[in-house]
Amino acid sequence: MSRFKKQGSKEVPAISTSSMPDIIFMLLFFFMVTTTMKETTVMVKKTLPSATEVVKLEKKSLVSFIHVGPPMNTKIYGTESRIQLNDRFASLSEIQEFVAKEREARDEYDRKFITTSLKIYYETKMGFVSDIKQELRKAGALKINYSTRKEIARRR
Amino acid sequence: MARKTPQVNAGSMADIAFLMLIFFLVTTTMDVDTGIIRQLSPPLPPDAEIPKINERNIMKILVSSQDLLLVNDKHSDINNLRAEVRDFMSIHPDNPDYPVVELKTFDYLGEIPFSRGVISLQSVRGTSYDMYIKVQNELTAAFKDLRNDLAMLKYGRRYEDLIDENIIGAINKAIPLRISEAEPRDIGGN
Repeated sequence: MSRFKKQGSKEVPAISTSSMPDIIFMLLFFFMVTTTMKETTVMVKKTLPSATEVVKLEKKSLVSFIHVGPPMNTKIYGTESRIQLNDRFASLSEIQEFVAKEREARDEYDRKFITTSLKIYYETKMGFVSDIKQELRKAGALKINYSTRKEIARRR
Repeated sequence: MARKTPQVNAGSMADIAFLMLIFFLVTTTMDVDTGIIRQLSPPLPPDAEIPKINERNIMKILVSSQDLLLVNDKHSDINNLRAEVRDFMSIHPDNPDYPVVELKTFDYLGEIPFSRGVISLQSVRGTSYDMYIKVQNELTAAFKDLRNDLAMLKYGRRYEDLIDENIIGAINKAIPLRISEAEPRDIGGN
């Protein structure tokens, strides 16, 4: 009766794992390319306003960030809106120095392409924002980007 | 006599790759930064003269501390702003209710009518940043519409579908983003 029984062993052949490194490498390269390292810890609240007509910020290396908003740690720093430059809170008058330092850090050729990205908490009052903008004007950082979340555009 | 190089053991390659993979997985942040680009004007010297602009060329937008909109001293709504700005900045020759129109020659586009309109955006200290961005967003959208119209007229395709940098530059020049931002008034509290 068992004429059609398979002749060989019933063991499942082992799956070759020799191509595993290749697959892993592929994934690795994907993440290596898409990675941007986090440079600073943001110490202020960072809910940004949303907008539809946004453009992508190109050339991350030519962007310097200014974070503005009420501090996350309200017990120590209070609830008043603060400016964060790099890793610490700063006052308005320090913006010019910050811009100058950022400019120093770039190549001479790239300096005119520096964009200042303003990451401002959405409930901040405009008075404070315009004070910052005045400082930026004085410092000569004229290209700015109001950082926003992207909202899906609706057709009207 | 040629000597054979011994085979390198590649068995641990996967482990090494895994290790690096996990490192990059953990450190990756995928967010792209997006935002509204603006060019600030350089600071004026203190003795600079205030340029005279024809009244009819200006559209005044005021955002109050209650986040209400006043367009040319009339109440308005954020949902209508885009259409209003678009209407104001589009070409209306010889109509005294609209900005002055003049013929100007641009590279690639030839001689086309050019509106001398300026949007004057004013906020007070108490305006919320959220509202300000909403207004800026609507202004950007209105100018994008105008550029779209011109690109459609000249090249039969939408502004964002244009590829040639020179043409995009020419259209940007023909319809510049003329938004003048007055310094905020010191009213409305902080």
